[in-house]
Amino acid sequence: MPGNRWALRYCGNMLSLTIKEVSLALREGKISPLELCRKCLKRIKKTQHLNAYITVTEELALKQAEEAESRLLQGVYQGILDGIPFAVKDNFCTENIRTTCASRMLKDFLPPYNATVVQKLLDQGAVLVGKTNMDEFAMGSGSTDGVFGPVRNPWSYAAPYREQSGGAEDDSEWVITGGSSGGSGAAVTSLTSFLALGSDTGGSTRNPGALCGAVALKPTYGLLSRHGLIPLVNSMDVPGIVTRSTSDAAIVLEVLQGRDLKDSTTVQSPTSHAGFSEDFDVRNLCVGIPKEYHAPGLSQETLAQWSRLADLLEGAGARVREVSLPHTQHSIVCYHVLCCAEVASNMARFDGLEYGHRSTEDSSTDAMYAASRHEGFNAVVRGRILSGNFFLLQQNYERYFLKAQQVRRLIAEDFEHAFSAGVDVLLTPTTLSDAASYSHFIQADNRTRSTQEDVFTQPANLAGLPAVSVPTALSSRGLPIGLQLIGPAFQDGMLLSVAHWIEQRVGFPSISNYEVPNK
Amino acid sequence: VQPGKPSATSPRHWKSSDTSPTSPTRLVGVVGLEIHAQIQSNTKLFSGSKVGFSAPPNSLVSFFDASLPGTLPVLNRRCVEAAVMTALALNCTINKKSFFDRKHYFYADLPAGYQITQQRRAVAVDGQLAYSLLGGRKRNQIQSRTVRIKQIQLEQDSGKSLHDDQRSQTLIDLNRAGVGLMELVMEPDMSCGEQAAAAVRELQLVLQALGTCQGNMSEGQLRVDANVSVHRPGEELGVRTEVKNINSARFLSRAIDYEIQRQIEALGRGEAVLNETRTYDSKSGHTIPMRDKEGLQDYRFMPEPNLPPLVVYEDRGSVPAGLLGAEGVVVLEGLREGLPELPSVKRARLVRSYGLLPEHSFTLVNEDGLMEYFEAVVKETRKEPRKLIGWVTNELLGHLKHHNLSVSKCPVSPSALAELLELQEAGHISSTVAKQVLGEMWRDPGRRAPEVVREQDLGLVCDSSDLQRVCQRVLDSHPDLVRALQEGNKKVLNRLMGLVQKETKGRADPVLVRSLLEEKTS
Repeated sequence: MPGNRWALRYCGNMLSLTIKEVSLALREGKISPLELCRKCLKRIKKTQHLNAYITVTEELALKQAEEAESRLLQGVYQGILDGIPFAVKDNFCTENIRTTCASRMLKDFLPPYNATVVQKLLDQGAVLVGKTNMDEFAMGSGSTDGVFGPVRNPWSYAAPYREQSGGAEDDSEWVITGGSSGGSGAAVTSLTSFLALGSDTGGSTRNPGALCGAVALKPTYGLLSRHGLIPLVNSMDVPGIVTRSTSDAAIVLEVLQGRDLKDSTTVQSPTSHAGFSEDFDVRNLCVGIPKEYHAPGLSQETLAQWSRLADLLEGAGARVREVSLPHTQHSIVCYHVLCCAEVASNMARFDGLEYGHRSTEDSSTDAMYAASRHEGFNAVVRGRILSGNFFLLQQNYERYFLKAQQVRRLIAEDFEHAFSAGVDVLLTPTTLSDAASYSHFIQADNRTRSTQEDVFTQPANLAGLPAVSVPTALSSRGLPIGLQLIGPAFQDGMLLSVAHWIEQRVGFPSISNYEVPNK
Repeated sequence: VQPGKPSATSPRHWKSSDTSPTSPTRLVGVVGLEIHAQIQSNTKLFSGSKVGFSAPPNSLVSFFDASLPGTLPVLNRRCVEAAVMTALALNCTINKKSFFDRKHYFYADLPAGYQITQQRRAVAVDGQLAYSLLGGRKRNQIQSRTVRIKQIQLEQDSGKSLHDDQRSQTLIDLNRAGVGLMELVMEPDMSCGEQAAAAVRELQLVLQALGTCQGNMSEGQLRVDANVSVHRPGEELGVRTEVKNINSARFLSRAIDYEIQRQIEALGRGEAVLNETRTYDSKSGHTIPMRDKEGLQDYRFMPEPNLPPLVVYEDRGSVPAGLLGAEGVVVLEGLREGLPELPSVKRARLVRSYGLLPEHSFTLVNEDGLMEYFEAVVKETRKEPRKLIGWVTNELLGHLKHHNLSVSKCPVSPSALAELLELQEAGHISSTVAKQVLGEMWRDPGRRAPEVVREQDLGLVCDSSDLQRVCQRVLDSHPDLVRALQEGNKKVLNRLMGLVQKETKGRADPVLVRSLLEEKTS
């Protein structure tokens, strides 16, 4: 393992603990919530150069931590997350805390309500430390296209990468976090929060999870409420969970899942399915390797990790077999058509009237709309709106939107066939390779990059299936590589159990093993 | 050109065969209606905010209504049930599964930039509404007609824009934004304004009976747009115009008739009818083209991804176990049984139980509250309903119409009228006097009939010596009539009786007068 090449230097830092560990420490009185919160806030300041946060809610966090402290002193626990700092992607509404979607359009938007998933965390006593950076309106795969600037991958500043990329002094070769939930990925791996909410429409949580070395879960569509999540594509969006361990992801999933009357597409988690288990026996497991995922551009190292994991599972008694998902090749095109169409529709509300950016142009209402929207949205958003409206024109509807919906059905059926033929989980790469340097990444436009980056992740969104990215190793460049597991609908618990099994065997290092990521 | 459709030369063909008596050469109107009915519900279609007509601006607006990002629609079961009940009352087929769609256009009072409606499949289709008109020269003949209902769909209402031209500002009130609407599409089965107005009136009565819409056109609870075209019967339909901004049944009728006439005249001048939207100007009684800067709109319809299909279950047994008792489950059984008495059934019942004429039942049901008034009077008198009906539909309604009052504002209560009619029935006053007393009661609400009769000494004169004198006086002053009567002209007797009644101000007992007159002239 590459990590062994560097001297391990455990920080002895409470910030590097898992939720499970820190929750126990809090309850046993070994750590105080206020102290924990202050440390997180301090570390946020120290890692400011990562640009992981758009808004740091310092005052509120300290107040919440104080409340948690007085609860814990009285021995009253609000929940397993009581007193634990968390971060939220800036496309989830937070009451009276600005929620920008990293867009000029919502730069000063103060939502009057909390998203359901945020409220559930707050109800547990968790402490909100800030709102994380992203691509504008979650349209992107690098966290490079937001109005607040790009997010830097914490591993850019850790020893493994710095040592091989030629000198700690050179800052120009920092690598991206992936996206669009790059801020959440960076927040969790740079140890400024114990969990973060992302959103996942085509891979936006799993992609930065893989590139930042975090566990990133995209739950089954309908399991978590989208109420308060500013939508990208309603029929694919799910709140994503970013943590440092699979057990932590299971804890957060348990807290967040369930029917919400405010979101008519949510369902009660079926009780018939097995929950998360840390002692999962892989001997009865059938793992499918979709042959179509041997995509062009897949790096040798990622491919090697993929094979290694398949061998590891097989060696432990699981049945590993090749499966075919024949419509995979059409998936990304289908995704883009549906994505643009819903984007065009969802963005129609941003007209500068009720909220959001309003241009000073006032010659007519129409002129005001046009100017507000032009000024408020970046070129990526405007481009997708334009394409989406084109796809939805009466003359194009059948040829694009309807066709894409039909292909979407075929893609979902591919998965159904695989699972009904006895496969329990699919094992695939999450991304083509490890994180690209920013300078390299921006050489291609957002659309090209999204097409490359979402290739393995968006089929699960089209089919509404649960998927999780687990970090497996550091690449020769010293950057995380993640693999993805995809399971049948509502088998999120089982999926995390398999991920846990993998996690226990790959021994992926925490960033705290290396030098503190400081600029 | 489609087969079977007339070619461009067909108008000439019709003209050449003008001599044939069956040749339909006259242009006639064809009218279809699109009706938006605001659903009577405490809360909006997809949000929990209240519905109210005259609340302060923007005081009934939820986060969803203002289209705050991240908010999602939650279907209001009451609104679905209202649409289903309406559909059942109009003999529609209920779609067991229907869908919601987004219809996009930018407008200041449409905060989301799209309206949630039902484009692909509406909640109900293929219904019909039976309605009647009073026809004939005396307008006492019932003409029964039917208009087909193409579909009923659920959709959101928009907010309201107020344009302040002086300050060149537009003010937005979102109180109405998101209120549930039923859009009813009526096929072009009508041919004139009167028919359309009668169909709308019948629909109003149905909606009010069901309690699914208050149906007040002037308050915008019922908004009617008319699609109007003209053609020669048997030929394909002409180019149609859509007439909007009609806020009463009377204006609807006028607007349609004006538009039909306008189109006929335009074609007569060799001009074409344009496919356009026109607005009705109630002052001039004309329809005027609406300025439409945007031209043709492409609404870019898309399925609403935040709402699952709307499922209506036949009975409780067909509801999946997990959903029984859950929010938003709509079951036909129960709704069907709970339907109230509809206007057509009411009319039939009135004819059957009271022996009324159909036109009377028509008047009773069509006038708000008149049937209830009538039934209350019936309960309190011994007078036969058939004899009483004229008092309600002629005398009372005449007074109401004259003073432009609704039944609910009638100053004469049913029991007061009953008391008056009771006096007449018992032979204490004549019908002429009864009408006079009703007039008094109308002028001075609160006065009861016996009081008026006593004070003004209006009781029947039954004293034969008094009547003897009056009769003799009449006979003496009309020797010509007496002669005619004696020569066998029996009709003259009625004349004489009338003269006696005139002398006694209608207070004479007619039976007594007749026998006295007969006796004296024989």
